[in-house]
Order: sequence, then C-alpha cells, then structure tokens
Amino acid sequence: MAKVTLTVNGRKMSGDCEDRTLLVHFIREKLGLTGTHVGCDTSQCGACVVHLDGKSVKSCSILAVQASGSTLTTIEGLAGQGDMHPVQAAFKTHHGLQCGFCTPGVVMAAVDMINRHGGALDEETVRSELDGNICRCTGYHNIVKAILAANAEMSASRQAAE
Amino acid sequence: MYATNYHRAASVSEAASLFAGGAEAQYVSGGMTLIPTMKQRLAAPGDLVDLRHIPDMKGIAIDGRRVRIGAAVTHAEVAASSQLATVCPAVCRLAGMIGDPHVRHMGTIGGSVANNDPAADYPAAMLALAATIVTSQREIAADDFFTGLFETALEEGEIVVALAFDAPEKAGYAKFRNPASRYAMTGVFVAKASGNVRVAVTGAGSDGVFRQGDMEAALSANWSTDALSGVTVDPGGLISDLHGDAEYRANLVKVMAKRALAAAG
Repeated sequence: MAKVTLTVNGRKMSGDCEDRTLLVHFIREKLGLTGTHVGCDTSQCGACVVHLDGKSVKSCSILAVQASGSTLTTIEGLAGQGDMHPVQAAFKTHHGLQCGFCTPGVVMAAVDMINRHGGALDEETVRSELDGNICRCTGYHNIVKAILAANAEMSASRQAAE
Repeated sequence: MYATNYHRAASVSEAASLFAGGAEAQYVSGGMTLIPTMKQRLAAPGDLVDLRHIPDMKGIAIDGRRVRIGAAVTHAEVAASSQLATVCPAVCRLAGMIGDPHVRHMGTIGGSVANNDPAADYPAAMLALAATIVTSQREIAADDFFTGLFETALEEGEIVVALAFDAPEKAGYAKFRNPASRYAMTGVFVAKASGNVRVAVTGAGSDGVFRQGDMEAALSANWSTDALSGVTVDPGGLISDLHGDAEYRANLVKVMAKRALAAAG
C-alpha cells in the first residue's frame, strides 16, 4: 500500500491505494471525482485525460504512485464559481458533444492545446492535436468548431487584458 | 494488473541498487509502453523502479554541434526544444510525430530507445545519426545497441542515461502510420554528415531497426530522390502481416526514404 498525496484542483488531497492502482481509479474511487472517465482498456481513447503538472496526460496509463506529489487538474477544476470555462461554454454553444462520455477528456485536451499554441490554432492543428481522443458520436466536426471558437475567445480576452 | 512494488529513485545509482534488490524488477520512465503492457498482464514486474525524477537524466544540452539529450526527456520536450531545432530540427519533428499529445507529455526518449519496439521512431534516428547511447555503465554505439525485436545490448539492470550525437548537416524523417495503431508501418530516417550518409528504417524489418546500405551508397554518390529511384529494396527480411506484406513494405521503404529526403532538403 502507498500513500498518495496530490494537489487536486487547488486542494491538497491524499489517500491510500495499492501501488498498482491507476491514477484514473484513484481519482474516481478515492477522491470521488467521477468526471474523469474510463472509456477503453488500451490507453487509446483519451476519456481519462487530466492535467498533471499542467500537461495533458492519460490518467489510465499512469500509476497513482507515479503521480504522487504532483499538481492535478481534472474536469471538475476547470469552471470558476458558477461560470463554465470558455472551452466548456463553447462545447455547449457549438454542440461539441452528443452522448458526452468522451467530453471530459476532449475538453481537457482542448484546454491543453489552446495553452500550448497560444492563439495560433487552425483547423488542421486542432484535428491533429485530437489524435489521442476518440469520439464515437460527433464525427469531430463540432468539437473542432468549439475548440476554434474557444481559442478565439480566449485569445481575445488575453489581448484585452494586456 | 498484477501487484507490484513501486520505488522512486532520486539518482542513477539509487535506481541501480533498487533494481538489484528487487524481484523481477523493471525500470519505468514515462511508462507509455510498460503501464499499458502491465494492464494487459503481459508484464508483471515484482518491483518497479521509477526513473522519471532523476535530475541527471533530464535536460537537453547542446555544445556547438554536439547534442546530449537526457534519457528522461519527454517527446514533447524534444519536439518543443527551440535550441535543438536550430541544429537538428529532424529530431524535433520526429518527436512530435510519436503517439499523441498526451503520450508525448509522458513518454521519454530513453524509454523508447531501451524498449527498442520494432515500430518505434527513435531507434531509426539514433541509428542514422550514429548516436552514442550513454548508460549507467558505459557508452554504446547505436550500431551495436539495437540487437533485435525489443532486444538491446543493455545488460540486466543497466540504465540508459542519455543519448548523444553530432548534429548532421542534413537530416529528415518520414513515416507511414498504421491507420489503427498509429505506429510506424515503415519509418525512414536519413542523415548526411561530412559526406557520410546513413539511412535507418524502422517498422519494416523482421529483426527491428536496420540500415539500408544500398540507399546509403546511392545517396552518398548523389543526394537526390533520383538516386533513390534507382535503388531496389529487397523484401527479404521485411515484415509480412495482415497490415501489409513484405513487398508492400519494401515499396514503403522507398517512398518514405524519398519523403525523408525531401524533408531534409
């Protein structure tokens, strides 16, 4: 057994688990944050994407003990007090989801790509950056539209702040 | 996944002693191959020694044309290194083609090289760049390092600490992905350094990564796609499977070599 301590969505949290416990199961079962999903057993689908020390990772392919000591952001940590994150709002506006199962991972991947590309996102880049997230409903078209719209809005508000 | 005991090493020597004291021990770096393999119960290390937090295995150092990449450097860090891009952009582009963004944030160059997956990208680069694999015990030339499918010259417990090479005058990489797994069905890395051309092929060989001597001779004489057009790739020794037979891969070797050459400029 191991004691795993993480800063999760700004709060220090810890729990005991077996060394073999995957981070995604620790998040869902020990921390009770069930927004992060398990969509496959093969590390391919991306429904479990969270941000570990600010970078998107697949929480199904990391042991909780490997992540201990890190800062974690899950889908629950994106929204502010009562306000959706701009990426979440754009997914709603542009119908970027249907069943919604893959959406937490796709939104976390979208926030990561917007952070990294800092405004310089085009459709081709968004589609290639979505390589690690599988959606079986939407055909991706509205996901791409939503990410581009959120990116435009976030760069506009960054510029307004400067 | 079977039970395992996790250990986080703070130094290379601590990692080696944890490994030596373990039962059926394995090293884990980014874990992007090993953890999925453990999930499938195809690997069951009794002890797992984490190399990801060892300071000596981090960072990219460039001294003139000499490049040294720490084994624990992630694919995302290599892809985004502006310093490396000024001397050897082909390696940055290759790193940006591995897996997907989330995998690139965890997976490391040392892990990829030590695992020597026959469809991995980095072994082709290391072989074509005549890189030196720096381990916890010695330095191994890439020509001697990659010995077969998932096989390397590493001894039990030996750790890849860094990868070092001289930046070539020109280099390029191109791969044809399996549309489902996204691994290379064939990837070709070409490099030209002081008149010496090396061409390494991954994803296609039944014994893993290999050098394509006919292409090296042709490109040494004439660095152009015309020179490649005259080369016949022997399908003997290439993989035949449900994704493509050896003749198909032989053609892919040629097409990817041409694309790699075009990328090298």
